[in-house]
Amino acid sequence: MAGPGPSGASGDATYAGLVRPLLLPTWAVVGILMVLPVCLMAVYSFLTKEFRGGVIWDFTLAAYDQFFITRGLFGDEPARIEWTYIGIFWRSIWQAGLATLLCLFIGFPTAWFIATRPARSRGVWLFLITIPYWVNLLIRTVSLKFLIRETGPLNESLMAIGLIDTPLPLVNTNLAVQLGLFYSYLPFMVLPIYAAVERYNFALSEAAADLYASRLATLREVVLPVVKPGIVAGCILVFVPSLGAFLAPDLLGGAKTFMLGSLIDEQFKGSQGNWPFGAAVAMILMTLVMTVLILYARAQARGARR
Amino acid sequence: MKKLLLGTCLLASPAFAEGELKVYHWFEYIPEELVQKFEAETGIDVTIDTYDSNEAMLAALKAGKMGQYDVAVPGDYMVKIMGDEGLLDNFAPEDLPNFGNIAPQWLDVPFDPGRHSSIPYQWGSTAFSVNRDVYKDDIGSLGIIFNPPAELQGKINVLDSQGEVLTLGSIYLGIPQCTQDREQLKALNEMLVNAKTHWASFGSDTAKDVLVSGDAAAGMIYNGFSSKARAEGANVEYAFPKEGYVVWMDNVVLLKDAPNRDNALKFMNFLLDPENAAAVTNYAAYSAGVTGVEPFLDDEIRNSPENNPPADQKGFFIEACDEETQKLYDAVWTNLKK
Repeated sequence: MAGPGPSGASGDATYAGLVRPLLLPTWAVVGILMVLPVCLMAVYSFLTKEFRGGVIWDFTLAAYDQFFITRGLFGDEPARIEWTYIGIFWRSIWQAGLATLLCLFIGFPTAWFIATRPARSRGVWLFLITIPYWVNLLIRTVSLKFLIRETGPLNESLMAIGLIDTPLPLVNTNLAVQLGLFYSYLPFMVLPIYAAVERYNFALSEAAADLYASRLATLREVVLPVVKPGIVAGCILVFVPSLGAFLAPDLLGGAKTFMLGSLIDEQFKGSQGNWPFGAAVAMILMTLVMTVLILYARAQARGARR
Repeated sequence: MKKLLLGTCLLASPAFAEGELKVYHWFEYIPEELVQKFEAETGIDVTIDTYDSNEAMLAALKAGKMGQYDVAVPGDYMVKIMGDEGLLDNFAPEDLPNFGNIAPQWLDVPFDPGRHSSIPYQWGSTAFSVNRDVYKDDIGSLGIIFNPPAELQGKINVLDSQGEVLTLGSIYLGIPQCTQDREQLKALNEMLVNAKTHWASFGSDTAKDVLVSGDAAAGMIYNGFSSKARAEGANVEYAFPKEGYVVWMDNVVLLKDAPNRDNALKFMNFLLDPENAAAVTNYAAYSAGVTGVEPFLDDEIRNSPENNPPADQKGFFIEACDEETQKLYDAVWTNLKK
């Protein structure tokens, strides 16, 4: 042998020293873009609010107290649970959950359809799915509003064909918000499910049919367990951003009630902001999401061991 | 003689070369030709940095930019905040030969009584507009928004801004701003919660578009937005309600530790000249706080109904409450939007 080859035991030893330096950029990205901001947010949520924006470096639980406990408008009633913000959380969770279901019901058949096309045309279908997302989210949301407003094309065509007499009041309703969230996040559902379905071995379906499984049973017992990781990934990718979304609720829902996203947004703008409270709401939201994900991961791990 | 000249030079500009002026200004709020005119008249070299909100400007100044700028252009309540925080310098009326041009009603403003550190730049009002195709009766009261007639119920957009909504609500009820009186605050809270059942949406940036598109038939709106809606063909009328309306005003302030204080005063004096003030108004389409601008105004601005409130009616500045009081108003707002 003339020299050490690129492979084999001696090669691994040569490169072992390089692993850490090569991982540095990854660690830097994770550290600077994820760990550091989250730590900053955690620290800020325990600081004292400075009047008219900003913080004073005195540690306090005031932000969390404001979230969970109320003492009446004038602060002199006995302390009791503050339902205002919990209500806003509940509304956001419910809204995001519904949007996720909607995306799943449309996204799964769509992904299935694409994955069962000939390999040549799949790329084209995926490309078509992503095309609307080349346009800025704000513009897409405003455009949607133009489509569904009382004088918009949807209502006018429904009236033209005589299905309705008066325009449907769609703008500024929860339905419009659902439509907006659904439209914004659909690809996040389609793409992971597509990736899972594409790997699915369709011979399994045939085998199930040979064993007299009904189509529904095949779907439930054979297909779903295999593509489940894709479905779960899709649901998380739709649910989490929907939870913090504020463009769709503001523009399509009329911003009449706070959603989590707009509540947090409100704390960081203008002279009435409250940075520690905004940070605390964000921390509580993150804790909630992570708890759900960890519980899910644990359940998965238990399932896998069994 | 030479020594004397040198002495005056040193006095006039202790730190920097004479002939500089550093302006901290809103983005696109002064016509470039006007700046050039000032430079040509005085030989002073003007540098402008921009900001996009009062709060951003305050934060930047407090974070170490004090001493770098000579003048800034804060809104009314921000003048008060900056004054309270000691960021403003005083001048005497004699320092500005054009001081007498300030319109009398803008001289004793609550945020700078007597004008010791600020001069008017531009002002405007916030009230509401109504689509006259939908509603043809009298629109002279804030009740149009807060206790709307049947034709307008469910078709109203209000600004998504705590200050404007709570202040207009207080004006409607005739209660003072920044009150700590329980009954008054409860009345305000109740009135707003009831009114909200008739509102279709909250939106500030969209306030004009919803009127033009017909999504809303009436809406709380800035006067400038309303005149744009009219220019875009919507049959909307801007109301100056009898109870009063909100006014805002941007002001040129002399900053503490201004490196070129004399040039700053020259610049402020320049802006109080009616022709120059009118040039800003023609550019920004608001109103000048200076007398004698009319001959220099473009026709559509001089005759705009949105820019000319009736003489017998009153505008109120949004007051900056103290911290304890502000908490109460924050709670009313959160309760309204929860």
